[in-house]
Amino acid sequence: MFKGRDVLSILDFKRDEIERIFEVSNEMKKILTKGKSNLLEGKILATAFFEPSTRTKLSFETAMQRLGGSVIGFSEPSISSIAKGENISDTIRMLDSYADIIVIRHRLEGVAKLAAEIANSPVINGGDGTHNHPTQSIIDLYTIWNKFGKIDGLNICVLGDLKYGRAAISFIHGLTLFNPKKIFLVSPQLLKIRQEVRDFLKSIGLNIYETESLEEVLNDIDVLYVTRIQKERFPDPAEYEKVKGSYRINIEMLKNAKDDLIILHPLPRIDEIDINIDYTKYAYYFKQAANGIPVRMSLLALLLGAIE
Amino acid sequence: MSEELVVRKIRDGTVIDHIPAGQALNVLRIMGIKGFEGNRIAIVMNVESKKLGKKDIVKIENREIAPEEINKIALIAPNATINIIRNYKVIKKEKVTLPDKIKNIVKCINPTCITNQERESIIPAFKLISKNPIILLCEYCERYLLQEDIIRQFE
Repeated sequence: MFKGRDVLSILDFKRDEIERIFEVSNEMKKILTKGKSNLLEGKILATAFFEPSTRTKLSFETAMQRLGGSVIGFSEPSISSIAKGENISDTIRMLDSYADIIVIRHRLEGVAKLAAEIANSPVINGGDGTHNHPTQSIIDLYTIWNKFGKIDGLNICVLGDLKYGRAAISFIHGLTLFNPKKIFLVSPQLLKIRQEVRDFLKSIGLNIYETESLEEVLNDIDVLYVTRIQKERFPDPAEYEKVKGSYRINIEMLKNAKDDLIILHPLPRIDEIDINIDYTKYAYYFKQAANGIPVRMSLLALLLGAIE
Repeated sequence: MSEELVVRKIRDGTVIDHIPAGQALNVLRIMGIKGFEGNRIAIVMNVESKKLGKKDIVKIENREIAPEEINKIALIAPNATINIIRNYKVIKKEKVTLPDKIKNIVKCINPTCITNQERESIIPAFKLISKNPIILLCEYCERYLLQEDIIRQFE
């Protein structure tokens, strides 16, 4: 079902496949408590990170090493042949001949699709510009599934940059594979979801509610997914200046929140979530980040055919 | 007034009918016709049409349209009819059709789409989302390309 597949978008998967990844991720958590396994011994992961990354790169590397595999790659294009003028396609051709699986991150949209067309090995999209971040959204969904035992029937709010934020857009796409009760999309007017995404949600009859006011919806939701307004994604810096710091969640705002509300954030955060929330029951973003390891272990094992 | 009263019939060539009013010059641009090629060309703009209200017509003498040009025309004139004329007779009449996939005709307008990187060899590819108005979806960055974006590329 998974062996040899590329992961370019969360929508590459069907619901039962995502649920299978969740189950395998639970098994991977057991491996992690023991330390490591030899499931992917002899396999090599290539990490082609043309754009800065901490969590995605390190968690893929950790996941591969925990499964007994090894890692090659770069995170600084300045020290790779890109600096000599090599194009992305040629870099991918080389990595494809060295490794069994490739994770790519780049500031350009569609780069993972290009890499998948070139490489014979499976390609995982580690984030392409403002477009997709599928493994992040699997982690996000897994975190909710672990907490509530389901995703269906929940009220879920996605807050922040819904126009340029690839994690937010991928998460919203991921929700379409399930049956949440309602999806609240909260953003400044300038950062509302793009028409393409809105039309897609409409075409599948998803129940969304768009607003600029978090206060309006905060007390009705089970999951609050907060995103950073990312300066680096704005084509126009003046546009960023208009919306930066639009939302800041603090403890006071949560006084009437549901008792079992969880707050997620793909991280890094700047000041969207007050650090005092870190010590409350609502803070799930560090658990979410930790889930990156078992989920990525699961994906590597499934795509390399070590597990069916 | 019928267009026959404005422009006479052609002996051999192509007549493109049912072009949306105002798009005749863009149809010529799409076909790469600049006027220096030597063919006699007649353009009739804003004539009455039962189907479209108003329409444009283009007549090109001594040039039969190639099949690969037909899809290009469909991008700005989705209801156009192509008439191939030989010896004053219509020997072939064809309605343009927009295929579900459009490759290598138009470019994505997103500057950070991988298809706009000159050093990568990628054929721009789009999915047809809507025929009226025309909306295409880039298969790489999944951004829309709207009818006005398409027209702008041929201006």
